[in-house]
Amino acid sequence: MSDLRNPLQRARGLGSAKDGAQHWWRQRVTAAALLVLGIWFVLLVLALLRGSYAAAQTALANPFNATLMVAFVVALFWHMQLGLQVVIEDYVHTRGVELALQILVRLFAALAALLAIIAVLRIALGG
Amino acid sequence: MDSSSRPLSPHLGIYRWQVQMVTSILHRVTGIALAVGSLLLLAGLLSLAAGPSAYAAFRALLAFPLVQLLLLGWTWAFAYHLCNGVRHLLQDAGLGFARPVFVRNGWIVVVLSLLLTAAVWIASLVIGGAL
Repeated sequence: MSDLRNPLQRARGLGSAKDGAQHWWRQRVTAAALLVLGIWFVLLVLALLRGSYAAAQTALANPFNATLMVAFVVALFWHMQLGLQVVIEDYVHTRGVELALQILVRLFAALAALLAIIAVLRIALGG
Repeated sequence: MDSSSRPLSPHLGIYRWQVQMVTSILHRVTGIALAVGSLLLLAGLLSLAAGPSAYAAFRALLAFPLVQLLLLGWTWAFAYHLCNGVRHLLQDAGLGFARPVFVRNGWIVVVLSLLLTAAVWIASLVIGGAL
């Protein structure tokens, strides 16, 4: 990827957003991942729609599906945090409330991703 | 330039909704809706991990008409955010900024998201045996 920032900006790593291009890039990379994983997820849900518990359990126990599901939840909750971060930055103008919300969203995203991963591992490896 | 001929925008009295702004606002709205919907994904995975009775309870929850309606909404939100997300990625590459193209792509995203939602629900009804 080409770097269009001027050397001073790169050296400081600070623009008016007090932040470099990392947020922007992470949002795009997780979006590209979710484009593929999201379509896979919808197809998986459709395939499991009529099936039993055992069918769903067997499907997620497949290493390929288990891996994609873990990748999906990581990309999803990461992308969610990045998106909600911008919404909060745009609309919440009380610094204390904004900070609290930003921390809450980060903690929720991390916890949700961990919970989902533990659940997938339990389904895939047997509890 | 005298003050009467200055451009006035946005002028709330005469401003109208355009596909350019609606698609932009909807991207954010559907993103927030999908963040809420992620709780359902979490519930589904946890119920599957907890065992057959929990999974059956989760399936029973999904069968409620109100939840079905929410699922329809989330399906569209997902389809829209996905289509418009692709549009955003193309715009990040510098494509699609000429005004007629921008407007056309906005409508393509709206129509495509509705078609995808219909396709997923028709598929689900066929698989579910309702059609």
